[in-house]
Amino acid sequence: MDLSAINPAVLFASLIVAATPILLAGLGELVVEKAGVLNLGVEGMMIVGAICGFAVAVGTGSPALGFIGGAVGGAALSLIFGLLTQYLLANQVATGLALTLFGLGFSALIGQGYVGIKPPMTERLSFGPLSDIPGLGTILLRHDLMVYVALIAVVAIWYVLNRTRLGLILRAVGENHDAAHALGYKVVRIRLLAILFGGAMAGLGGAYLSLIRVPMWTVGMTSGAGWIALALVVFAAWRPGRLLLGAWLFGGITALQLNLQVAGARVPVEYLQMSPYVITILVLVIMSAKGGRALGAPAALGRSFHATH
Amino acid sequence: MMFRRTLLASAALGLGLAFGGAAAAAGMDKVKACFVYVGPIGDGGWTFQHDQGRLDAMAEFGDKLETMYQESVPEGADAERVLTQMALSGCNIVFTTSFGYMDPTNTVAAKFPNVKFEHATGYKRDHANVSTYDARFYEGRAVIGHIAGKMTKSNKIGYIGSFPIPEVIQGINSYFLHARKVNPDVELSVVWAYTWFDPAKEADAAKALIEQGVDVIAAHTDSTAPLAEAQKAGNVVGFGQASDMAAYKPSPRVASIIDNWGPYYIKRIGALLDGTYEQTASWAGMPEGEVVIGEITEAVPADVKAEAEAMIAAITDGSYHPFTGPIKKQDGSDWLKEGEVADDGTLAGMMFYVEGIKGDIPK
Repeated sequence: MDLSAINPAVLFASLIVAATPILLAGLGELVVEKAGVLNLGVEGMMIVGAICGFAVAVGTGSPALGFIGGAVGGAALSLIFGLLTQYLLANQVATGLALTLFGLGFSALIGQGYVGIKPPMTERLSFGPLSDIPGLGTILLRHDLMVYVALIAVVAIWYVLNRTRLGLILRAVGENHDAAHALGYKVVRIRLLAILFGGAMAGLGGAYLSLIRVPMWTVGMTSGAGWIALALVVFAAWRPGRLLLGAWLFGGITALQLNLQVAGARVPVEYLQMSPYVITILVLVIMSAKGGRALGAPAALGRSFHATH
Repeated sequence: MMFRRTLLASAALGLGLAFGGAAAAAGMDKVKACFVYVGPIGDGGWTFQHDQGRLDAMAEFGDKLETMYQESVPEGADAERVLTQMALSGCNIVFTTSFGYMDPTNTVAAKFPNVKFEHATGYKRDHANVSTYDARFYEGRAVIGHIAGKMTKSNKIGYIGSFPIPEVIQGINSYFLHARKVNPDVELSVVWAYTWFDPAKEADAAKALIEQGVDVIAAHTDSTAPLAEAQKAGNVVGFGQASDMAAYKPSPRVASIIDNWGPYYIKRIGALLDGTYEQTASWAGMPEGEVVIGEITEAVPADVKAEAEAMIAAITDGSYHPFTGPIKKQDGSDWLKEGEVADDGTLAGMMFYVEGIKGDIPK
């Protein structure tokens, strides 16, 4: 076993890339849940985003337009969820699960003509000589634009949720929709916008998979990334900063496990594969031991709102 | 519970007799062939090629053949359910196209003695109606191993393994032996992805190899993700796996191993139609056209290409076997003596590395 073959800087750099799709999707879901809506359709929105982004990028030759296409695709799918749960008051858990199943099938249908095609390559940003700084340059300054978009989104979402009036309203809707309604806020409209935002972010995450991380289109290519994003939100106790750490943890273990194998370490793969989930459970146990509220789950999470007065 | 199960089994048996009774020896007017796929047809690799084989058979037999397939069937208990469903729905012959279907295939075959089952890449034939078929992929691995040994500049080559099973170990050994033969300094790194198809994970595996200096990557998983990763890295080459993966020509994809199942499916369905069907354990390769090397691109130097083509010719006409002694096992003990050729039994159960490969096969 030769651990010196693993370069920590390079490992950290690939960890950031591996974490980006689940980070984007997780951030979107975090906002949705903060507004009191539980959308279990992340996997479905991601894969629809993946194919829409792929199709647009191939059609126009522009990865940037592809990402916009992915976001629009994810948002369009989430709109179905929004209409069903917010206006028709359908059960959120069942609708979300159906959305995932529908998304997987629907993306396979759109994707039939896109198998085996290569998307246009996304250039990595160049920071000139800065990218050559040992360590830091390798870790942070040699990525594509979307990696930075995701990192900026973490800060932006934290700021909006905690430091602006908009965030306060959003949280009020998620904590107590009756009170928010009594104050005159349009609960359903605010939730619908949050759902659309969540769909767009999941779509971006999916497009990142199909355009940069893998880059190709295959049926079922998200292979569970959406579910990991959902677990991340709980793991992060609905806090953007902790979500970033969680995404790096999930991404890091994937990258580390394969690197350890190449270096010749014989850690049973199964342990590494289950470790993020074990940690999620542990975090939940520790936090609930401190009392339910410490978990930070929005009080109205998953409850339908119907204005009766 | 027990009673219900017995009842179900005997009902199934009755149905099997009713539908399959005519199949015995006398030949059939029309065959319904069913296929169980481990991934989506759109994987561009393994399952895609099996489906091409199905389409070849349909083109060959026209009206006399009806086919049915199910994609992305998980290996394990779910497969048993799918197989039972297929047998009940009147399939005369069922092709199960992944190693993990081995036990479900044999279990279900016991309940439907008049339905023929054909299991790909396995070795269990517990019942008279179970045949197995496989392709000698290691013949292709020998050719790309030769190219890898010649093309590597860092003298580090990589292999993305799916699961530690004999078929994959054969490939690793054959790839390494032929790389070492032309380049004594070559070192092999193996990464186990524990999946047949998970593009993101395959990309990560390729990335991990590239980060540690590997510049030629062979994959035993089914997607094009490792090739895409090689392309991003720039100076890394790889090979098409299962399918030609022509989108990555001329580089990083410098050659490919193509699985061509059409001839086998046509042969077996044809035998069922004309009544000559018998239980077999087929293991065909380059001579039968089941393993094909895709175009070797101009990224490979002309002399290396000529050598690779000579090797293909020698394997095809039977004058060369990729496992020809002297070969030692990893622990240094003798396996094959000078000029001795590996027997199929040993190959089919191969669970050891040859000398020079570092690391252990995971248990």
